[in-house]
Amino acid sequence: MIKVNNLNKKFGTLHVLKGITNEIKKGEVVVVIGPSGSGKSTFLRCLNLLEIPTEGEIIFEGINITSKDSDINKLRQKMGMVFQQFNLFPHLTILGNITLAPKKLKKMTNEQADAIAYKLLKRIGLEDKAKDYPSSLSGGQKQRVAIARALAMSPDVMLFDEPTSALDPEMVGEVLKVMKDLAREGMTMVVVTHEMGFAKEVGDRVLFMDEGVIMEEGTPEEIFNNPKNKRTKDFLSKVLG
Amino acid sequence: MDFSFLSDYGSFFITGAKYTLILSLLSAVFGIILGGILALMKISKNSIAKAIATVYIEFIRGTPLLVQLYIIYFAFDLGSITAGVIALSINSAAYVAEIMRSGIEGIDDGQMEASRSLGMSQWASMRYIVIPQAFKNILPVLGNEFISIIKETSIISVIGVAELMYSTNNVRAATYKDIGPLAVVAIIYFIITFAISKIMVRIERRLSVSDKSK
Repeated sequence: MIKVNNLNKKFGTLHVLKGITNEIKKGEVVVVIGPSGSGKSTFLRCLNLLEIPTEGEIIFEGINITSKDSDINKLRQKMGMVFQQFNLFPHLTILGNITLAPKKLKKMTNEQADAIAYKLLKRIGLEDKAKDYPSSLSGGQKQRVAIARALAMSPDVMLFDEPTSALDPEMVGEVLKVMKDLAREGMTMVVVTHEMGFAKEVGDRVLFMDEGVIMEEGTPEEIFNNPKNKRTKDFLSKVLG
Repeated sequence: MDFSFLSDYGSFFITGAKYTLILSLLSAVFGIILGGILALMKISKNSIAKAIATVYIEFIRGTPLLVQLYIIYFAFDLGSITAGVIALSINSAAYVAEIMRSGIEGIDDGQMEASRSLGMSQWASMRYIVIPQAFKNILPVLGNEFISIIKETSIISVIGVAELMYSTNNVRAATYKDIGPLAVVAIIYFIITFAISKIMVRIERRLSVSDKSK
């Protein structure tokens, strides 16, 4: 579904991604782990061109999105993204947050968009919050709404950029649950996270990144129980204690 | 103080106040439109648009309104009201542009990223996400700018527009009194600006619903 060929990203003289090549298959849940500054968020943000790669190409559903002729706005409609800081739109209600893109981009009527929004809100257990503004929600609720907002465009793949890192510990579970349900339904997901439990339980494949390269990849069993790379071992011993 | 002139000349102030309000409103509307365009030019990636906006803003803010007014009045064959509105609009636009630019740049980058990641274009994201939030944030400052415009319309009296200040000067000339008419006009200006600042507070309060946690 997403093919990444020799992806490089430089910020000025800082070489953040050094030739990443990988393929994310349909229905796969790929979890990206690694120390901070390893380039994992930048890698994720390159997948929908929030960061423009310095070199290399990204092929999404057969289309080279890094080429100048591709319509990135159209392609992004099929790639949902969830951010660490939620980034809900504070001037719109929860319903408004979820229905904006379907109404503006898919030209849905209010009724159609509302119907989809309520279905998603029911799924994340926040139907009663539809008319409220984001400022009245807790962090965990905000992140669940952010997931619903991305899902409202019926994307083919969901990108998660440390979705639980800004949450209070007691709210992590509710967000992970929504993500697990999503994975179980067969959604293709790329998740940058520090939640090793999630990676083990839900991940089909784990990528360990460090210093801008994928140091090691494999199934959760391979990575967590039998890491081959010294860096992976060091990292896991630090986070798993 | 002797206010007996009011019985004969009171209507001068009323006509003057009407002109002042009309001039201020027109200038504010054109100032906001032109200022908005300049703000978008200034934050755009197009270096020519950016340069034009920067030069415009710096030049207008760096020269007196009175000079700008005379240049427009004498350089072009316009009526005094038109020249006055144009000068004030051009002047105000420079300030409004800076207010709007800082308002737009004050919105967290994550808002634009979230909108773009949904597939919205740069322009749609500005229109539906960034600008509405920026507008709400800068509303108090825009209100102050409108109040400045009202006060600055007094300068337009020099080219003979019968706004408040011009009317006051007429009353002074006719009555040989200075302090009385000036006190009256000061009070009228104050009533207008005070009323507007109160209205702005109400509008802000109404727009702030989304900020409150229930």
